[in-house]
Amino acid sequence: GIPVRTTLDNSTTIQYAGLLHQLTMKARRTVRYLDPQNDLTFLRIRSKKHEIMVAPDKEYLLIVIQNPSE
Amino acid sequence: LGHPEIFPLVFTTKTQEIFNCRIGEDVTEENCFKLIKKDDIIQDLKTRAAISDFHPVRKVVLEYQGEELLVVFDAKFQYRQNFYLVASEEAKENLLKTPEMAEDKEEEKEEENQEETLEVCPYKPPVHKPWVSLGSEKEVEEESVKDTVTKIKYMISRERRKFGALITFADRNASHAKDSYVECTSYQDKNFSIKLLEKDMGVQIVSKVRETSTQTKWTYPKNTATQYFPRQLSHEEKEEILSSEKLKDFLTSVRLRMEVALQQNEIMNAFFDDWKALAEDESSSGGKPDVYLKAYQSFTDLRYLKDRTISCICWHPTIYGIIAVSARERLSNEEQANLSEKSLLQQSVILFWSFFDPVHPQLMLECPEDIYCFQFSPSDPNIIAGGCINGQVVLWDISQHEEKLQNAETVADEVKMTAVNMVNAPILDILTEPPLVRYYAVSSIQYCHKKTVTDIHWLPDYFEDNQMGATFDNRADIPVQLVTCSPDGSILFWDVPATKLPDPSSEKLQKDGHFYMPPDVPDTFKHLDLCWKPLIKINMHENETNTECGPVRISLRELQYHYKTSEKVQFLSAPKVPAKESPYTEICPPSKNLSLLENISTDFFVGTEDGEIVYSDWVIGTDSDSAKPVSQKHTQKYTIHTETINTLQRSPFFRDIILSIGGRNFAIWKEGVTTGPILQSSCSAGRNTAGHWSLTRPGVFFIGRDNGNIDIWDLLKKSYEPSHFQNISTSGITAISPWISSPKQHFLAVSDNLGALHILEICQTLSHPSRNEHANILDYFEREVKYLKYREQECQEYQ
Repeated sequence: GIPVRTTLDNSTTIQYAGLLHQLTMKARRTVRYLDPQNDLTFLRIRSKKHEIMVAPDKEYLLIVIQNPSE
Repeated sequence: LGHPEIFPLVFTTKTQEIFNCRIGEDVTEENCFKLIKKDDIIQDLKTRAAISDFHPVRKVVLEYQGEELLVVFDAKFQYRQNFYLVASEEAKENLLKTPEMAEDKEEEKEEENQEETLEVCPYKPPVHKPWVSLGSEKEVEEESVKDTVTKIKYMISRERRKFGALITFADRNASHAKDSYVECTSYQDKNFSIKLLEKDMGVQIVSKVRETSTQTKWTYPKNTATQYFPRQLSHEEKEEILSSEKLKDFLTSVRLRMEVALQQNEIMNAFFDDWKALAEDESSSGGKPDVYLKAYQSFTDLRYLKDRTISCICWHPTIYGIIAVSARERLSNEEQANLSEKSLLQQSVILFWSFFDPVHPQLMLECPEDIYCFQFSPSDPNIIAGGCINGQVVLWDISQHEEKLQNAETVADEVKMTAVNMVNAPILDILTEPPLVRYYAVSSIQYCHKKTVTDIHWLPDYFEDNQMGATFDNRADIPVQLVTCSPDGSILFWDVPATKLPDPSSEKLQKDGHFYMPPDVPDTFKHLDLCWKPLIKINMHENETNTECGPVRISLRELQYHYKTSEKVQFLSAPKVPAKESPYTEICPPSKNLSLLENISTDFFVGTEDGEIVYSDWVIGTDSDSAKPVSQKHTQKYTIHTETINTLQRSPFFRDIILSIGGRNFAIWKEGVTTGPILQSSCSAGRNTAGHWSLTRPGVFFIGRDNGNIDIWDLLKKSYEPSHFQNISTSGITAISPWISSPKQHFLAVSDNLGALHILEICQTLSHPSRNEHANILDYFEREVKYLKYREQECQEYQ
């Protein structure tokens, strides 16, 4: 995906956009494969250091990266 | 011809008329036998001779013995003719009889065999007939083998005893006897040596053809690296997209979901690992180890530490396993009172020990007098500053020996090797004597402390002071300032410039007081030697009551946490404080134009000889009225302890929590809380002689006692008594210094009054904090503060 608006630095944004776009596509395809009536609404990836939340749409993607509260 | 006595005949009609055996009339099928007299046949033969039908059987007839011959009409042509002659009487009889019998039998059979379909032939036993030769014996004779020649018979005999006897063989040359062997020599066969003179051959011209094969490696192209750059939108495009309707719709639809997710994250910490938390609780409440402090090593030296006690311990900040101790005279209490005038016979040193060589010290620093306290410089561990008993401050530079210290392990092994070969013990001592490092700079005697320097600290490297006490930003990033305190009532700030600064006044003094420096001493601090003057002097005295105040320990707020303070034996002597009204300033221009730091706290705590805790700051301001530099001090004094303070230390985890240990009790203070200590221990039986916070656990500290015990206090477990105590040595503990050498090894260096240094390993429960320990301790302190406030309020209300 091509970033439109970002609060991070350029290189990180491009990295996140490219990787997460593919992942979202794959996730959406998986969901639809299992049930054609279904569709992906939200994607959350929790890792040791961050939590990445992706809200997909037909054309756009909203990505939020959050640190753990502690 | 089956039957030899049957002779088939052909009877013509004439013959039939003659003998009355006409077919159909006389002889029928059933009645086929006709007996004809022999004479008649003979007569017929005579009359008709050749044409007689009996001619072929003429002989038989003539030889016939009977009178009548039987002629049988063969209607079925059984013997191929229509009549046959039976040549013997017996056969005649048989044939005659059998038809009769057969006729009878047939009649019987016809009656009997009405059901039977097959005709059973009666059994005829074979009739013996004479053998008639048919010529087969000739063939037999031809085929049989008969001896043509009579067989020759030989008889060979031998004596019986020679049978089976041993046979001896002998050699015989075959060529000796004639004709004993036959040879077939080879000869050249002429057939194969014939030369071919003419040859018929065809020739064809063909281009040169050569067959070769190679094996090629088929490398198929594969992308190893692709260089690409990401797609990016131009600004205009971004603007356009940002303002588009689609984006707005998207954002509105997505916002809700994202908010839900964020709220969830806020409510619950998703990264909380329940399993790990469970495990930690288990380990902390689990079994206690038997020994909290395991003895790791202990060092003592007989030459230099004889009758001496260790005054200060310092771990080398960077090199693993190196620890330095300073020693001083071990004196009884009365002698200590008059220490300042005592001359020392034995040379005083600072010894460097290494873990790998427990017997020989690695390095020795020569000291002009006994050292009470010393510190490694935080930025350069090769610079060491120490304070002597006569008030001087000394600097060492051990950069030449740094490599030796780092290779202490290998050196120790070599020493052991040579020790085996050596026979003479004194030579051994000389070989393994540690190098002696001379001090490089000593402060000038006039301007230093008048009494023992009891505490020395390096100031952190991000600020330095000038003579007015204002703090400036230190651009050089090297700690260049020392602070020392002494029971003579003064706190001195010293300036240690990293590079040599030409100082005209100091040079002059140097010429006056010439001091021979050995050639091997580097010039690092040459200009400072014996002319080193402090930068700022702060007098601790009471304006109102004019009582003396002898600071023994100082704790600045801005000291970096990894500093190690040195613990010392308490020093009881009547302080003689020269009263000085104004602070002493020295002309020393600031080396650079530095920016003023305003938010550095200039407060400090001071622990005194009498057991008081004084809280003050060193900023010098100008009095608006008299335009005279007046130090603004808001001092606060607390008298909790009854004896000299021997430890005043800030917690490595909390900047404003201070532990003070003195005499029979200790107290924990919080900076800013002026009513009193937030924790005060009860008076204990013995005296506390040393103490230190734990470096890893916020609520743990160690206290050394005069009976050689180490008390381990854990504020989370019990705050009224030590959670554990352990005996280390027989004499009193003089100094404690913990250190983290590696994440697994936490050491505690403990020195005692006998001059021995014990290195103990702190067990894991003491060294690893539990999960929320920091937060718990903080809560605890805050609770105590609140309690204090509450009590104060109550007191006020009461009054």
